[in-house]
Amino acid sequence: MNQFLAMENFRKWIPLLVLIGLALFFTAVNPNFLSFRNFARIAISASPALMVAVGVTFVILMGSIDLSMEGTVAVCAVLFALMLNALGGSIAGWGWMAIPGTLFVGAILGAINGLIHVQLKIPSFMASLSLGFVGIGLSLLITGGNRIQIEDPIFRSLLTLRIGGFALMSYAALAALLIAWFIQDNTTIGRNFYAIGGGEDLARSSGLNVGKLRITGFVVAGIFFALGAIFAVARLGIAETETGRNFMFVSVTSVVVGGTALRGGSGGVWNTLVGVLIVNVIGNGMVVIGLPDYFQDGVLGLLVIAAVYLSTDRRSLSFVK
Amino acid sequence: MFELQNVEKRYPGVHVLKGVDLKIGDGEIIGLVGENGAGKSTLMKIIYGAVQHDAGNVLVDGVPVHFRTPRDAMQMGVGMVYQEQSLISNLTVMENIFLGFEKPFIRFGAINWKRMSEAARKQLRKVKLDINPATITSRLTFSQRQLVELAKVLALEERVDGKLVILLDEPTSVLSKDEIELLFSLVRELRRRASFIFVSHRLDEIIDLSDRIYVLKDGAVVDVISADEAQIETIQKKMVGREINREYYRENRQIPYNKDDVLLELDHVTVAGRENDVSLKLHAGEVLALVGVEGSGREPILRTIFGMRKPEKGTVSIRGMTVRSFSASQSVSHGVGYIPRERKIEGIASGMNVFENMTLSQMKNYSKGGMLDIAAERELARDWIRRLSIKVASENVDCGNLSGGNQQKVVLAKWRSGGSEIILLDHPTRGLDIGAKEDVYEMVRDMSVDGVGIILVADTLEEAIGLSHTIAVIKDGEIRKWFNCQPGAKPSLYDLIQHMV
Repeated sequence: MNQFLAMENFRKWIPLLVLIGLALFFTAVNPNFLSFRNFARIAISASPALMVAVGVTFVILMGSIDLSMEGTVAVCAVLFALMLNALGGSIAGWGWMAIPGTLFVGAILGAINGLIHVQLKIPSFMASLSLGFVGIGLSLLITGGNRIQIEDPIFRSLLTLRIGGFALMSYAALAALLIAWFIQDNTTIGRNFYAIGGGEDLARSSGLNVGKLRITGFVVAGIFFALGAIFAVARLGIAETETGRNFMFVSVTSVVVGGTALRGGSGGVWNTLVGVLIVNVIGNGMVVIGLPDYFQDGVLGLLVIAAVYLSTDRRSLSFVK
Repeated sequence: MFELQNVEKRYPGVHVLKGVDLKIGDGEIIGLVGENGAGKSTLMKIIYGAVQHDAGNVLVDGVPVHFRTPRDAMQMGVGMVYQEQSLISNLTVMENIFLGFEKPFIRFGAINWKRMSEAARKQLRKVKLDINPATITSRLTFSQRQLVELAKVLALEERVDGKLVILLDEPTSVLSKDEIELLFSLVRELRRRASFIFVSHRLDEIIDLSDRIYVLKDGAVVDVISADEAQIETIQKKMVGREINREYYRENRQIPYNKDDVLLELDHVTVAGRENDVSLKLHAGEVLALVGVEGSGREPILRTIFGMRKPEKGTVSIRGMTVRSFSASQSVSHGVGYIPRERKIEGIASGMNVFENMTLSQMKNYSKGGMLDIAAERELARDWIRRLSIKVASENVDCGNLSGGNQQKVVLAKWRSGGSEIILLDHPTRGLDIGAKEDVYEMVRDMSVDGVGIILVADTLEEAIGLSHTIAVIKDGEIRKWFNCQPGAKPSLYDLIQHMV
């Protein structure tokens, strides 16, 4: 029994150990990896992905899944750029309204997703995947396939302004992570997400309104997807359908690699931070040691399998569907 | 001949079987009785190969064998007729009978359905079931399915040398009287083909059918009784290990309830899916036991009261107020608490710690504007850990790692601390050891003193009789008979059983 508990405790730390191990490995191969500038670079590339991954973490904690992120990010990015440019083109002026506006769009898309999942009783996997495609189509329709440039230097300071070597964006992402942590640990909805993931029947028989809570989870996820979209636009200075590309694989990979269980009920946003860093360290490290980038996807894919295998005691599972 | 010698089984923290010896001669019918948690089901699982024993021997015709899977056991002629039926309902009867043993019917990779159908017919004849083997299993009645399951086990006959050993796990629990008669005469007839191990809660049936009766208690065989000499009372005493005395159920603490204070009333309620009509009143401080066989309709009544089902007709009122919208969250806010039978599924969230579990149903009391007051939650948990002497290291322990008794205490604390006045207890002592059971009985009495009304679906009839003020006997979804259950004037088991079946 004690041995079992010790193993459980050890399991919890595996993701962090993997992260440290990876950093040591890449440093050993190429000492340039261990530099301040490189870390700042990793932090920038990780920021949008962290927001998206944190969003989907809440949904996964409930035992559902949200795969709409690519569509949601695309729609949010495009609408953000359009709103900003329509409102004078500068965050310093009325343009700042584009930020809450985009978060609102994210929340609405999340709500639609949640409503379809809960009210029509469609598995979250299918509902969100389909809506993601709708989102991609919608953003193409809005832009006509064109790119929208953002020139506003104040908005771009998210990338260009460096404090202590790290981009402003990284601090903003950290702040958002702290808010997510607060939601997770100190609010009733955070607690309820864990309860639903831990046992939906139990949550229901404890009097929780599970349907409403599920929708809330998707709304929260949508808001974080919108934040991710804003950071992604800030990073590249352009908004287009392609902005949402690759977020699905990266974010779900990060959540799982970080140690949040896909069946729900355990893990959290700090796990997700570790997962996002693992994924980005691998991406960055491969470039640093000079491996072609198609290697990255392969390695990440294998990593997900390893992470899921390690995340639970497989002996206790009788069969898996 | 089939024999167990000194069989041992341990799970983490529990010694389930303590040196069990058991012997079955050819054509013999053995009865196996014991309370819930006595180790019956583990013993059965070892016999049919679903679980491996830690020590001791399993002998078939004197030769030691080791079953790693139920299939191993089947190949040695040991088969199980499951209580929860194991037939795959979307397959046909013949596919089920020969599931995993299709080989003799395969020619050039394809199944010869005609031959399988003939073979299945032959097996069905053994159990006197005249149905088309190509029928989809879900179309059969419950008792037909049970016979198919028996036929499936009997199909082993042609495949193994020697006699079969067939386990019957609670085969009568959902059968009608005629169906039981039919099953018993069939089993008696099949004795020349097989020996049987018969497990049932109904001691009269056990005595009726078996040759010898093994009494299991706390993981050991306490007695083997020949059926001619067996009497229900003596078996009961041996099962419980003491006279079922009044002290066990804390009858001395049973105080009269307040007849003027009606907490809950069901007025001509029709529970969804049944043509029934249920009326009852629950008073403050009362323990009302719903008694009936499995499937008699006790749970639907509980679930209706808890708002998980909407009644088709009739009214439910709580403290005189008619309930209009039915949902669990409504009921919880009206002060109804539900302690479910499946503790692991609906009672405790494993992965969440003690205080998180306790406040789950009452988070409004421990939060402001959606922010949790975790310090207050911890305080509450520490308080109830003390009051119910829950054995945990701290309030931060994951509830999934607690023993059954302690989990049950956490669930009770959850509802009691939230101020629930109507508590629905569904098999509250299932799977608990004796000490933990007594703790639960003690808590039931404490709640009565505090004026809580309790509706109880007990694990055993004795428990229902011992704990309750009032008993309602349920059959086919309706209340057939009321018993007053004041201390000293409690009804006997037989008073109840004759209305149950």
